[in-house]
Amino acid sequence: MDYFLTEEQQMIKDLAKKIANEKVIPVRARLDEEEEFPWAIMKDLAQADLLGLYIPEEYGGVDFGCFETILVVEELSRACCGVSVSYAASALGAYPILLFGSEEQKKKYLPDIASGKKLGAFGLTEANAGSDASAIQTRAEKDGDFYILNGTKQWITNGGEAEIYTIIAMTNKDKGSRGATAFIVEKGTPGFSFGKKEKKLGIRCSTTRELIFENCRIPKENILGKEGMGFIVAMRTLDMTRPGIGAQGVGVAQGAFDAALDYSCQRIQFDQPISSFQIIQHMLADMAIQIEAARALVYATAKMIDGGAKNFSKESAMAKTFASDMAMEVTINAVQVMGGCGYMREYPVEKMMRDAKIIQIYEGTNQVQRNVIALQLIKENMGKK
Amino acid sequence: MNIIVCIKQVPDTTKVKIDPETNTLVREGVESIINPFDIYALEEAIRLKEKIGGNVTVLTMGPPQAAEVLREAIAMGADDVYLLSDKAFAGADTLATSYTLSKGIEKVGQFDLIICGKQTMDGDTAQVGPEIAQKLGIPVVTYVSKIEDIENGQIKLKRMVEDGYEVIETETPLLMTVIKEINEPRVPSLRGIMKAKKIEIPIWDASDIGAEGEKIGLSGSPTQVVRIFAPEVSKEGEILEGEPTEIAEKLILKLKKGKVI
Repeated sequence: MDYFLTEEQQMIKDLAKKIANEKVIPVRARLDEEEEFPWAIMKDLAQADLLGLYIPEEYGGVDFGCFETILVVEELSRACCGVSVSYAASALGAYPILLFGSEEQKKKYLPDIASGKKLGAFGLTEANAGSDASAIQTRAEKDGDFYILNGTKQWITNGGEAEIYTIIAMTNKDKGSRGATAFIVEKGTPGFSFGKKEKKLGIRCSTTRELIFENCRIPKENILGKEGMGFIVAMRTLDMTRPGIGAQGVGVAQGAFDAALDYSCQRIQFDQPISSFQIIQHMLADMAIQIEAARALVYATAKMIDGGAKNFSKESAMAKTFASDMAMEVTINAVQVMGGCGYMREYPVEKMMRDAKIIQIYEGTNQVQRNVIALQLIKENMGKK
Repeated sequence: MNIIVCIKQVPDTTKVKIDPETNTLVREGVESIINPFDIYALEEAIRLKEKIGGNVTVLTMGPPQAAEVLREAIAMGADDVYLLSDKAFAGADTLATSYTLSKGIEKVGQFDLIICGKQTMDGDTAQVGPEIAQKLGIPVVTYVSKIEDIENGQIKLKRMVEDGYEVIETETPLLMTVIKEINEPRVPSLRGIMKAKKIEIPIWDASDIGAEGEKIGLSGSPTQVVRIFAPEVSKEGEILEGEPTEIAEKLILKLKKGKVI
C-alpha cells in the first residue's frame, strides 16, 4: 500500500530501515539469547537523530510528530521488538515532560534525551496496580520543599538503563485517582535503587526492572504539572504512545510475514514450492490483509494525533488493540507456514511470536483497551441525544 | 586539520549479475552505492575532525548522478564536497583517474591529509590512492588499520602487511588508504540527510581544475578494458576415494605427476 509519505517521512523510514537491516538484524538473535541491552543500537539511533525525533528543535530534537515516530518504531520492530521497545520506552519517559513539563523542566531534561545521552523511562505499574492503575501504593509525602517517595514500581521497561524517570505516586490517598502526582526522578538520587532484572518470554534484550524508592527525597520542582495531576499525566501520555505500540505490532507481523513468504517460495514439498498450495496461499493472503488493515488504522490514528485532535483515547486504544491482536495471530501463522524451521531458533519467527505476546499486554491490556473503547462509544452515544 | 577524502560511486556488486550471453555486467536496475572501503575513509576523516577539529572535503570523479554519493558524505558529516564531472573524463583508467583527482585536490588547495579506501569493489586495483600521492609528491601509506597518533605534522600509522602489522612514523601532508578494520562507520544522521538533500553540489569540469586534455579520460589512459567476463566454471574434477592416508598418497602422486610439487 502506498501511503504517499512526504519526502522527509520517506527519509526517516529509510534511515530506520537502514539501522534495522544493518545494525539490528545481524545481532538480534544474540541479544535475545544473552538478554543483553542493545546499547550499541541505542547509540546508532542517537547518532541518526532518531532519539529526538518527536522533540521540538528548541529542546535539541528534530521536531517531527507521532506519525514519523511510529514509522521508526515499525521499522525497528520488523527487525526486533526488544530494540523497538527500548526506543519507545525512552519516548514514554519523555512524553510526560514534553506534554506537562515547565519550560525549565523541558530545558533541563529533553536535550539529553534527544541527543541520546540519557534514556527515559516511565513508572506507573506496581505489583498490586496493573490494569487498576488507581491502586498504586507508592507514596510521596510532602516535607517542606521536598517530597519523600516510598514504594516499589514493577516491570519498568528501561529500568536501570534509563537516567530520567517519570514516576506516578500517591500524594493524597484519600482523593483516589485525583491524589496521584507525577514526578521526574533521576537515576542516582539517594534512596532510588533497582530490583532484579526480570527474565521474560520475549523482548528479551529489553531491560525490565523494579524501581525501589526508600525515603527518596525529590525536590518539589520535579513535579510534572500540578500535585494531583498524576493520572491525567499518565493517561494523556499513554494515549499519545499507544499508536507506537500498535506500530510494534505492525512491524513484528511484517517481519514474520516476510520470512514466511520467502520461506514458502523456497521450501519444496511434493516437487513444488509450498507457496503453490492454496492452503498456504490463503494463509499468506490473510496475513497480508491483516497487516495492511492494522497499518492503516495505526497510521490514521497517528495522523489524527498530529492533526491536533483533542481526544483520541478511543482511537489510540483501537490501534493498539487491533494491531497487537493481529501481530499475535500473524506471527503464530508465520511459524506454522515455516513448520519445523519456524519453531527453531535458527530462524527469526519463533522469537517474533514470543515478542508479539507482550504487545497485547503492556501499555494497557487489550481487555482494558476494549473497556476504554466501549465506554467512549457509550459516552458518544449519550452525547447524541 | 584539512582532510580530503576521495570516494567513488560503484554498482552494488553484491547485487550485480553477469549476462551469460555477452559476459558483461548487467547494470540495469542495480543500485549505486559509495564504494564500501571509501566509507571507512570518510568515517576516519570525520572522527579525526571531531577529535582535533578541522574540515573534511570530499571529492569524487564520475557522471552527474555520482552527486548522490557526495550527498551521502554530507549526511555522514562531510563539510564540503566537489564532483569532478566532464564528458572528457569518461573511459579513464587508474592513471587518468588519479591525475584528474590530483588536479581536483590542487584546486581545493591546502590539505594535511588525504584518505582513500584501500581499493574499489568494481575495479579492485588499489592503484588510484598511491598514484594520487605520487602525482602530488607526498608520502603514501597503504592498508592503514589505525591512526595511532597525529600531532604537529607528525603521524604514526599502523598498517596491515601480509604476516602482521607495521607501525610507520612519517610527516603530513600524506595520503593513506584504509582497510575496514580501522573503524565501524556511523549511520548518517537525519539532520545530515535533510541538509544533504537541499545542498547544491558544485561540479568542476576539466577546465575548472586545469586538467590537460591528453592526460584525462580515454586519451590519458594507457590501459583499456577489452572485455569483462566471468571465469568459465571447470566442471572437471576427480574425487579420490579410500582411507585418509591412502587418499593423501594418491594425491601426492598426482600432484608430482602434474609437476605441481
